[in-house]
Amino acid sequence: MNSVGNIGRALPRAGRALPWALVTPALGWTLLFFVLPFTAMGLSSLTAHDGGGFTASNYSEFFTNPSYWQAMVNSLEVTAIVTVVSVLLAYPFAWILAEQVPERWQRLALMLAVLPFWTSYVVRSYSWLLVLAQNGVINRALTGIGVVAEPLQLANTRFATVTGFVHFFVMLLTLTIFANLKQLSPSYRKAAADLGAGPVRTFLHVVLPLTLPGIMVGAFLTFVLCIGDYITPQILGGNNELLMPQLVMMQIGRRGDFPLASALSIILMAVVTIAYLACARWLKIERA
Amino acid sequence: MTAPLVDIDSVSHRFGQQTVLKNVSLKIEPGSYTILLGPSGSGKTTLLSILGGFVTPSEGKVFIRGVDCTSVPPAKRPTTTVFQDYALFPHMSVGSNVGFGLRMQGVDGATRAARAREALALVGLASSFDKKPHQLSGGQRQRVALARALVIEPAVLLLDEPLGALDLKLRRQMQDELKAIQKRVGTAFIHVTHDQEEAMALADHCVVMNDGRIEDEGPPERVYARPATRFSATFMGESTILAGTVTEASDRTSTVATPVGPVSLPSALPQGSAVGLAIRPEHLVLGAAGGGVRLGSAEVSDVVFQGSFKRVLAVSVEDPSLQFIARLPASAAVQPGDTVAVSCDTDQIILLTD
Amino acid sequence: MRRIVRIASWLYALAVYGFIFLPVVVLVLFSLQATSFPIPPFTGPSLRWYDAVLSDTRLTSALLNSLLVASISSLAAVALGFLSAWGFARFVLPGSGLLRGLITLPLTVSYLIIGMGLLVLFNWAGVPKSLLAAGIGHVVINLPLCFAIIYSQMGDHQINIERAARDLGAPEWKVLLLITVPVMAPAIFAGFFLSMTFSWDEFVISFLLTRFDTTLPVEIWNLLRSGLNPKTNAVGSLVFAVSIVLVVLFELTLLRRRKA
Repeated sequence: MNSVGNIGRALPRAGRALPWALVTPALGWTLLFFVLPFTAMGLSSLTAHDGGGFTASNYSEFFTNPSYWQAMVNSLEVTAIVTVVSVLLAYPFAWILAEQVPERWQRLALMLAVLPFWTSYVVRSYSWLLVLAQNGVINRALTGIGVVAEPLQLANTRFATVTGFVHFFVMLLTLTIFANLKQLSPSYRKAAADLGAGPVRTFLHVVLPLTLPGIMVGAFLTFVLCIGDYITPQILGGNNELLMPQLVMMQIGRRGDFPLASALSIILMAVVTIAYLACARWLKIERA
Repeated sequence: MTAPLVDIDSVSHRFGQQTVLKNVSLKIEPGSYTILLGPSGSGKTTLLSILGGFVTPSEGKVFIRGVDCTSVPPAKRPTTTVFQDYALFPHMSVGSNVGFGLRMQGVDGATRAARAREALALVGLASSFDKKPHQLSGGQRQRVALARALVIEPAVLLLDEPLGALDLKLRRQMQDELKAIQKRVGTAFIHVTHDQEEAMALADHCVVMNDGRIEDEGPPERVYARPATRFSATFMGESTILAGTVTEASDRTSTVATPVGPVSLPSALPQGSAVGLAIRPEHLVLGAAGGGVRLGSAEVSDVVFQGSFKRVLAVSVEDPSLQFIARLPASAAVQPGDTVAVSCDTDQIILLTD
Repeated sequence: MRRIVRIASWLYALAVYGFIFLPVVVLVLFSLQATSFPIPPFTGPSLRWYDAVLSDTRLTSALLNSLLVASISSLAAVALGFLSAWGFARFVLPGSGLLRGLITLPLTVSYLIIGMGLLVLFNWAGVPKSLLAAGIGHVVINLPLCFAIIYSQMGDHQINIERAARDLGAPEWKVLLLITVPVMAPAIFAGFFLSMTFSWDEFVISFLLTRFDTTLPVEIWNLLRSGLNPKTNAVGSLVFAVSIVLVVLFELTLLRRRKA
């Protein structure tokens, strides 16, 4: 495991000063612009908007005001739907790219599959607005062939938000699951086949369980990025239903209420931390 | 004579432009321990993959128990493979790994567990049933892989460089164990290696391969003592090789002219043909009290102490391009720079005609 | 059976490709619209909206701002990340695990919260909103990334190469310049490239921390307030094209490196 021990790392001529000189700038930056702001936010969340001493009113407001609660429930629901749908769409796709596409086309196929990843984040959501708008491509197509008489309300709905998110995370998860499938040593599959398993049972007993840790990591990443995103729900969901990041931005934008925004941010972060702790044992599965 | 267990009939295989197996035929007897020995690129691993069903040969046929298995998939043929990297499923316990093949056959859980335990006991790992593969050492994983392959009672067990990942000491220890397990279960083992010591220690039947062909095959004692080709004389142990031409020939003896003088041999050879004379290091005599065939004199260039013996390199005085490789007792008093007479016994000379 | 799996695979892959490309195709197609609404029917092709984008000084200056913030913040992030990775990989420091955890911590926090924290802090400290403030935020998000990439690539193999150089008499700064940096170049490059892309595309931190001079994503956001507009399509298509060129260049350099 650790073939270079402590003796190997110790340097004969370097004094104590050099290593600290190397790591201090990065540590300092993190302390000054990450830990300190976070502390400031924590302190701010304990003050009232209109001044005065310390108070827990921002937190109690979250727990007592049903519209704030609702934002958290919405966020969790949307994130859960997005995570599940994205994994279910991406796994078969990644599997096809890794197993059905001929080896020499795989790199190209994968590059194509994640190409829209490189559009600007704001622009990607806007593009979905074009597609889903009242008189956008989909509604024109549907009314054109007479499936529906009146254009459907697609934009400014939860459906639009989920679609925008799923689009992004299918690409992300395809990348991670594809990498997972390719990393599997071919001898696992050979061994399973050798011991009498057909393609279906090889997949169910060997390939799927071995890629599960990778899927969990991808799903967790999806959860974290999705629950903290402001752009997609703001552009595609409109203000019909609020998600947590929208609620936070609203406190800053409309009311300049930094303390409440801080408290809501901290609550959001706490939820992510709880989610992390809940799946921590899945995120670190040991491998032989 | 009974039918062979495995009959490889004129198999050739190409990867793209490259021919890796050239018209190979081989028969394997039931209960034998066969070693495919050769350098990397000799085609030995491809031959094993063809036996295991992972590769379908470009030409030729493979019969197992008299049945044509040439294009039967791995799952449906009576072989199992112990992979070089063991390929133990990391998400399953040792017991589930060993029971996997039985599970695929639809054997019920209780029987499966009992038979997996039996197989683990066979390889001395009965207590590791509930462990995960990553909790085991390299040697233990190797044994689990062996148990997993043996538990479904294959007709032939294929081992792809099974000891390659182990350190030297463990490798020698596992050799003895492999041999003992093979004797106990009586399954035919076919084992690929590039380590000639491993080959000599394990094989009942040793197959030396080079460049996609079988150079030599037979019991290891025979292959070592009377190698059929120049390649096998130098790959399976070391040899000093004298190049020569047959100058005189009768129906019982021949005389071969070599750079270090004429050598007579007790065999009939066509006059004028080029031959090689190979002598094993332990058969070369350095110094006065020599054997029957004089091979001129040589200057000792290097003496390497190897514990139980000394390996001596000496350059022929008559032909400086010829280097003698000799093995002397550890007590021998020989120094670099010494000039010594070289000789050997007639019946220790191996005649190579390729 | 095998045939059915193949055909089903093809159909499924085509459907997913369709889903992935639908918005991009619509975006680019209607950026060529001749009329004022980026909705069917298609009236182009026309380049008038590209013209409008390139003559809009707010957008072009936002583009330059974005490039400036991305390149400077990425350089800072990769420099800090490399030095600290080198320090932690080569020396035994007390509390190393904890300190490394601290440096990578921002990776687990969403951009919104990092932006919020800096906003609250700068507000208290009286630091005005500016591109510099946004750049500081971008270093905060990219530093842990650069650190993680470079640290993970500093394996035992590299340690031995450096040790060999020291053994042959190279002083510490020469080891750094002649051995470590060249050997680690692919990881350093990857860190820089990823930082560039993330900074280039970052919205919420820039949105919170800038005011008048701002970055391209924020400017595009402002454009969105006017509703569906082919000009937004045009600027989005341009950004997409630039990113594709960068990605292809990145792939090519990486491939060439691998072949060498």
